[in-house]
Amino acid sequence: MTLRKLQTAPSLAEVGSTPTPASRRRTQGPWYGLTFALPMLVWQLAFFVFPLAFLLTISFWVVRNFRMQPTFEWLNWSYVLSRGYFWDVYLHTLTMACGATLLISLVAFPCAYAIAFKLRTSARQLAILLLVTPFFTSYLVRTYSWQVFLSDNGILNALFGQLGIGALPMLNSSFGTFVGYFTLCLPLAVVLQLFSLMYLDRSLVEAAHNLGCGRLRTVLQVVLPSARVGVVVAALFCFILCFGDFVSPLYLGGGQPPTLSTLIADTTKAGQQWPRAAVIACMMIVTLLLVAFAAVRFAYRRRA
Amino acid sequence: MNEHRLINFLLRGYVGLVFLFIFTPILGSFVFSFNADRFPSLPLGGFSLHWYQAIASDPAVWQALRNSLKVALVVSVVSTFLGFAAAYTDFRYHFFGKSLYMALALLPPTIPVVIMGLAMLAFLSRVGLSGELHAVMISHIVMCAPFAMAVVRMRLAQMEPVLESAAWNLGASQWQAMRHVILPFTAPSLCAALFVTMAVSFDEFAVAWFVSGLNETVPVRILNTLQGQVSPTINAIGSLVFVTTTALVILAQMLLMRRRKPA
Repeated sequence: MTLRKLQTAPSLAEVGSTPTPASRRRTQGPWYGLTFALPMLVWQLAFFVFPLAFLLTISFWVVRNFRMQPTFEWLNWSYVLSRGYFWDVYLHTLTMACGATLLISLVAFPCAYAIAFKLRTSARQLAILLLVTPFFTSYLVRTYSWQVFLSDNGILNALFGQLGIGALPMLNSSFGTFVGYFTLCLPLAVVLQLFSLMYLDRSLVEAAHNLGCGRLRTVLQVVLPSARVGVVVAALFCFILCFGDFVSPLYLGGGQPPTLSTLIADTTKAGQQWPRAAVIACMMIVTLLLVAFAAVRFAYRRRA
Repeated sequence: MNEHRLINFLLRGYVGLVFLFIFTPILGSFVFSFNADRFPSLPLGGFSLHWYQAIASDPAVWQALRNSLKVALVVSVVSTFLGFAAAYTDFRYHFFGKSLYMALALLPPTIPVVIMGLAMLAFLSRVGLSGELHAVMISHIVMCAPFAMAVVRMRLAQMEPVLESAAWNLGASQWQAMRHVILPFTAPSLCAALFVTMAVSFDEFAVAWFVSGLNETVPVRILNTLQGQVSPTINAIGSLVFVTTTALVILAQMLLMRRRKPA
């Protein structure tokens, strides 16, 4: 009720000589608005856009006598892009990230579905709270913890031994890397899918049931298409995170074969070959942009 | 009906399995931090505070903790200010290029951390700032401000835009309306943004690893330990960090929950 009263205020004010909000805003000049609009703009231009542009710039610089020389040469680009090794790593990274994205999405969906449709409200809230928790625990510590679980003499193999299964090599393999990718992405994927499922129009599901649509068919042909945006966005985030992650491939996957991120980390940390690392980084950004663009197109495409 | 029950039961069990996977490493590191063995296996060794004593007597850890706290404090204050200002701009104004402005404000967390790290290192070393704690602060603000903005923006979305114009009509200047209407309304989200950005900064290791040089923060210290020999002190540090960040996040959650009540 108080809101209603306040809303009528403008007309009253206009009757009197008090300036209307519009004129008041004009008389006070643009400083007020700029005070709030500019800080973020200036900061992100100076410390986000500019460094990324600078990264592109140094990919054309040349290292001579262990120092970067500002020039404009395609040397690093031709060096990196002509190597079969680079393309092997590129393909490996892409395959791993795509595979992880697919698997994580597949594993996450039934979970998100169950939380959205099969749990009571209080249980669902608890589930969301639990899903957000890992986001604030150190990814490094969780990775290290997995090392203890997965190593040859680790917890899991001890468990397997008691069950009569021989020691399985799990660490320093693609399996290890995937465990890391799941640790990194699974909670986020479930949360993002969950949000799109929670706001799904339930009458759609009931209508499908009433029309004699089977349970699985309802999920595949009614629920999944309606939650498409959430599912695609979740997959996109999985891809971005896995594609750029260097911790799992290094500490759970054993570092061999390398991924683009471990290659950048090595190249940067090992020496002064930043221009080459910059080329790799640029290739990664281009790939991510293409994938993100395709994903968003797909997510918001009108249903045929 | 029986089939229905079975499917529901299986689905709930599946949720349980997913949570088991998610919480295994978290609980594991807690348990290992109190375990006497260097290489924990089954059966677990005895209870021990050895690893906590080891980190308590390690000056490098204390230095890292001081660095992390300094960075987190500065980052949370600056990011929250930037985030609040941008969220308010989005709430109140329409202007040409606004979607570009918003993209710029929200994009940083989607850039892979290695690329951010390399870009920040190259740029900051060119302007002579790398290897200092300032470098970590600057990079973390870039990465944390979007989170602060999202938190404050969610709160502003619950506010009637007419409240502000009502204040103007009652004679308040824009600054007075900001001081007496907008700020009190967004106060809980400002606190939440402070805690969330603090937690994010306190946890960030990749970019910090690239630009911090010799000034290790706690996660960088963990990363460097991870690269050397295996040491369960990681679990002890991790558990302490976990308790700290969880406390911050729970505080933030509680502050955000308060919005549910009428203001």
